[in-house]
Amino acid sequence: MNLGERFPQGVVRDERPGYSGWIVDSSLLPNVAQTLRREEGFDYLSSVTGVDYLPEDLFETVYHVYRTGGGPGEIIKVRTPRGRPVLPSLTSIYPGAEFQEREIWDLFGIQFDGHPDLRRILLWEGFSGHPLRKDWREPMYEEETKPFGARWPEGRRNGPPDRAFTRPADALAPGGWEADDDRALYAALENEAGGRPEALQTEFLMVNLGPQHPSTHGVFRVAALLDGETVVNLKPVMGYLHRCHEKIGERNTFPGNIPFTDRLDYLTSLSNNFGYVLAVETLMGIRPPERAEYLRVILAELTRIVSHLWSIGFLLNDLGAFFTPALYAIEERELVVDIFEAVTGSRMMCNFFRFGGLARDIDAGTVEAIRALVEERLPGKVDQLDAYLTGNEIVQARCAGVGILPREKALAYSAAGPVLRASGVPYDVRKAEPYSVYDRFEWDVACRGGCDVYDRYLVRMDEIRQSIRIIRQALRALPAGPVQTGKPQFQPRVPPGEAYGRVEGPKGELGFYVVSTGRPNPWRYHVRAPSFINLTGMAEMCRGGKVADVVAVLGSIDIILGETDR
Amino acid sequence: MTEETLHDPQIPLPDNLLGRIAVTSIDRIYNWGRRNSVWPMMFGLACCAIEMICTQASRFDKSRFGMEIMRPSPRQSDLLIIAGTVTKKMTPTIVRLYDQMAEPKYVIAMGACASGGGPFREGYNVVPGIDQVLPVDVYIPGCPPTPQALLNGLMELQKVISSQSWRTSPWYRRGPREIPVPQLGPDLVVEPRPQNFPKTKERGT
Amino acid sequence: MFGLGILKGLGITLRHFVESYWEDLRGWGRRYFTPEGIARRRSRDTRGIFTIQYPEEKLPVPEAFRVIPFLVYADEADGTRKLRCTACGICARVCPPQCIWIVRASDSATGKPVAHPAEFAVDIDRCMNCGYCAEYCPFDAIRMDREYELASRNRSGHVYNLEKLLKPAAYHAAIHPAAFAREEAERAQRQARRTGDA
Repeated sequence: MNLGERFPQGVVRDERPGYSGWIVDSSLLPNVAQTLRREEGFDYLSSVTGVDYLPEDLFETVYHVYRTGGGPGEIIKVRTPRGRPVLPSLTSIYPGAEFQEREIWDLFGIQFDGHPDLRRILLWEGFSGHPLRKDWREPMYEEETKPFGARWPEGRRNGPPDRAFTRPADALAPGGWEADDDRALYAALENEAGGRPEALQTEFLMVNLGPQHPSTHGVFRVAALLDGETVVNLKPVMGYLHRCHEKIGERNTFPGNIPFTDRLDYLTSLSNNFGYVLAVETLMGIRPPERAEYLRVILAELTRIVSHLWSIGFLLNDLGAFFTPALYAIEERELVVDIFEAVTGSRMMCNFFRFGGLARDIDAGTVEAIRALVEERLPGKVDQLDAYLTGNEIVQARCAGVGILPREKALAYSAAGPVLRASGVPYDVRKAEPYSVYDRFEWDVACRGGCDVYDRYLVRMDEIRQSIRIIRQALRALPAGPVQTGKPQFQPRVPPGEAYGRVEGPKGELGFYVVSTGRPNPWRYHVRAPSFINLTGMAEMCRGGKVADVVAVLGSIDIILGETDR
Repeated sequence: MTEETLHDPQIPLPDNLLGRIAVTSIDRIYNWGRRNSVWPMMFGLACCAIEMICTQASRFDKSRFGMEIMRPSPRQSDLLIIAGTVTKKMTPTIVRLYDQMAEPKYVIAMGACASGGGPFREGYNVVPGIDQVLPVDVYIPGCPPTPQALLNGLMELQKVISSQSWRTSPWYRRGPREIPVPQLGPDLVVEPRPQNFPKTKERGT
Repeated sequence: MFGLGILKGLGITLRHFVESYWEDLRGWGRRYFTPEGIARRRSRDTRGIFTIQYPEEKLPVPEAFRVIPFLVYADEADGTRKLRCTACGICARVCPPQCIWIVRASDSATGKPVAHPAEFAVDIDRCMNCGYCAEYCPFDAIRMDREYELASRNRSGHVYNLEKLLKPAAYHAAIHPAAFAREEAERAQRQARRTGDA
């Protein structure tokens, strides 16, 4: 589709070498988005992110939109001067932009006009500065990019003071500021609920779940406004595990980011590797050899099985079936993790994919072990899980009809993975825009129409079975040969340009937006985290339900905080 | 799972009574009981929490060490396992949780992040080690430490407990035992610890 | 029938309970504290009790297992230690969290740098155990250790210096037999090519 013809004034093709998409004038952005969504059928806003082009003195905001029917997407970019960065918000057209625009405000300081609740999301109100700006420096600042000069050839341990907190240079002296007491958060909650109730009604009650709560799957917090036991409004509060992944990633060299991606969604390190490696391979214009492609698929699907087993176990944990289903699920996970350990050297932080292949080959014994596991053990164990959970009346009573996210809402909120597919949208990146060798296998997209917690659980169960099916085919077709194109390089040359690599991770669409300037470090490194964006629709799922169902809904979204907060 | 018996081997007993009668000191029985009933708090921060859960699960089974139950409430737990990256945003909560725990209480820094910031140390929202704000009893290196490494750390903690004495334990004494809660402002502001606050090494050994 | 699902679930739990005793009886005397017992409990046929009784028995770690890096040295005939490390700095540059510090030695007479580290430090509180240093080392000089029982009461020793990082080549050969054999073969090949050229 030619947006340039459609909007002759204000939309031009991005002509920079290595770039694609359209540069849209900021005043036209809502019109262009409206056209894309309503007329062209780009119903799925995958990712929104900012880039700080410091030398050109401008911020660019990049939108990736796709059709859920499949096929390539469109990229639109909007520019705004660094001095006064203001853009129109797209939340009215794509509600899924809500959290992502808040994140851009938090980390870049770009204001979004018309955003319903523009507050900081990962850091706290009152934090000094916007850290992803290229001229912002943290207290532990050493150098702009790695490798740091202080390491070699004269390893002076001259970093910042070893055991001290330092404050940013422009931070006020203590006493000159007010501590963040969440007033803005509580006000936003009440405003959206239409203010406090009139006289002769019950008072609304503010309840905080987390950040230390056994069923929030980590350090996640939910601020809920309750009317009795009914949830009137709810807001997820995150950032308690914000580890500055993107800032560190822009400092790292390209290969240096692979082990960091392990720590995004720490249950599924291999599929995280997959997404990042795909993005950089697109930039470099290389493809791995056949054997590496098949092994990647096998390992990524094993990861999916592990992640879904864990998530089902802990969903039941949250529902009150304390630890028995989780123990049975973890037992199977341990057996798969043993394989990861034998193959990659680590149980969780696998760091196994490289640009153009894999770190090492897998020996025949391990291939045999994987085959034995997926042929002889896992199918039976999944059936057993199915037998004692799916028909259980208590599970059904707690899950069926709870946390409804209708089809249109799920799409609008950019939900991904099992959450989207349980709402009746058969959208799976592996089918919609097949990467690697997924188009060679015969498998079905798990999709159900119940839109509730129960169907999200069932979709996960189906996906485990489909993954086993894919692994079986991949093992049968596994070719011999090398697992790496060319020589392994510790400083590969990555041509300038941008790339968006996306894979269907266990939690949903996992995307990596990488901008290279031809140097050894990425200029921009952004992660489209499914756990983070799936939370956009959480308030919708919980509103009107009971407070006890919040926990079930959260378990069914299956967030991992390392990815949510990055 | 310590091999140590309740009976103090320094006290001689006739052979026919060994194994039937235990003669012991108060310290020995006091530490024996505490050592084998440490309840960790159900508190996971990041990646290491997954390995902590695996340690609790059937393959590694922490309950063999008397650490049966992980308590979600700080009021009922003795051990705070800092399993993951400590961020500035989370620090006030961690300190508050620690203050809410009943004495005697212990802290394990599990993994590189909790010990010294780990790979994320340079990040603007990361605290370079929990020992900046809390006294730590045992450090477990690794990224993440495997469940067996965590069990090794827990056994080290049992040794720490064994080396304490009720006569010198600070929790029966007056004095500041509460850590001031840091505040979030333009950055994390940590109030200085009271001068006479006992450091890890001095704690009741 | 309402409640059938619950009964079915309880039945499966009961089966697990009974199996744990049945398996213990079947494997009487062989099931625990023997290598074959551990192997069976981590095999695909494992049933019953799944627990590894650490510390009395430990899960064997695979060859690829990685924790903290170490430096390989060879014992020379005259009793000195010959480091394989040439202080080329690739490991320090490739390290993602930048936890390696190297000081290159220099000739005391001329002041020119020589291929030898004067100091070598790894901060294990930053190390992310990724294994890049070992993977990209062109001299097979740095390898990943498998020692994981490292708990300590203070972290003053958490910056490993050269003395603490050094391990003999025999240790490397013992814990990484396959990799060691491959490296030695490559080394012999390189040597042969070099002599062939000359």
